[in-house]
Parts: sequence; C-alpha cells; structure tokens
Amino acid sequence: MISVQQQDFDVGEQYRRLCDEAGEAGAVVFFVGRVRGGDGTVQALELEHYPGMCERQLQGFVDEARRRWDCRSVRVVHRVGRLAAGEQIVFLAVATRHRAEAFQAAHFLIDQLKTRAPFWKKEHGPDGARWLDAGAADVRAAGRWYADAVAW
Amino acid sequence: MIRVRFFARLREALDCEGLDLRLPPPSSVAALRRHLLQEHPHWAAHLDGRLLCAVNQEMAHAQTPVHDGDEVAFFPPVTGG
Repeated sequence: MISVQQQDFDVGEQYRRLCDEAGEAGAVVFFVGRVRGGDGTVQALELEHYPGMCERQLQGFVDEARRRWDCRSVRVVHRVGRLAAGEQIVFLAVATRHRAEAFQAAHFLIDQLKTRAPFWKKEHGPDGARWLDAGAADVRAAGRWYADAVAW
Repeated sequence: MIRVRFFARLREALDCEGLDLRLPPPSSVAALRRHLLQEHPHWAAHLDGRLLCAVNQEMAHAQTPVHDGDEVAFFPPVTGG
C-alpha cells in the first residue's frame, strides 16, 4: 500500500493494517521519518512532490523489494505540504517471515525513497526559506541514476 | 504538443511551472533543452549542472527520445524521506 497525502498518519493504525495483511509473518520492521528541529533553525518544512511520478516510483521500489525478499506486506505513507518541526513525514513498514529480510527490505526501501522518489524539501526558519540540497551520501547512493541524467 | 514541467527550486528560479511546445521530430531531451535555452537564454544558468529529467514520469537522460504528446519534467536532485 502506497499513499502520498497531506494528512498525518497514525502509526498504531498503520501497524495494525500491515499485520492484517501480513498474516502470520514473524517479523515487522518499520521506520518513521520526522521533521528534525530542536536547535531553532527549522520551524517548518514544505514538501513538494511530482504527483503521479512519485506514486509510480514508490510502487516500483515496492515491486523490486517484493522480488528480492519474501515480503508479506509493505506499506509506505509519505506526507506533502507544510509540516512543523517534530511532525511525522514518512512511514515505511515491511513484514516478512524472518527478521533479517525485514531489516534488509526496509533499508532498501528507505534508501530508494530518499534518493529516487521525486520529493523536495524547503526549510522555513527564522531567516527565511531555502530548498534543501541532496546529501552527498544520498547522491552517491543514487549512483548511476544521476550520472545518466546529468550528462547533457 | 510536448508538455514541459519544472519542480521545486528550478520552478522558483525560472518563475515557471511549465509550458507547452512543439518540436520537429525526431527529438530528444537534449534537443528540448536547447530549444528552451534559445527561447529563454536567461534560463541557461538554471538548466545546467546536476539536474534530473523524466519523460512520461520515467527517469530519462539527454538522449531519451521525446515525441508529440509526451510530458517532460526537469527537477533538482530529490530530498524526500
């Protein structure tokens, strides 16, 4: 299940739905990404996405995870719009028969999402707003995907 | 018509969400970019460097063919999650 939405999500409800679909899978790993704050520099994030392509990319990552690992259920919920510091951004969960697969599939999915799903963050702070740059590690992780795209 | 879309920092820098245009076939992402720069020379600084491109919502590169009816999007490296 994939959802790109403005409204917040309830982790307990997402977990229950994952389990309902996963049957007797023995392991669940989930990840929640939140708006980092605390030092006063980030008051809010604005999340923009490419509607349509975003959902297609996410579905592609889930399909690939299902090919690589025996995933019984996968859920990805990603919010867009304006989010305050501390708010939830993304929920990603995988249910598999054994824990190693669940960790591996979840790690694969969040890495794919961070490097290849068309979302962009704009940070609002006391000094105004600025678009965030992709981290060097994320760009490296995306590897060939970027190399192909930028060769004019 | 080819529909061109810009996102995030690029959309703001160009002050343009997108536009429709015609290109003589055969065409490509690189040819489309050249056409945009001819029409809007001041976009050169922004339509360069680490920029990603999608054709019909699939990741593309400079040599990817572009046909009438296609949607071509340009955007900066992604920062979701």
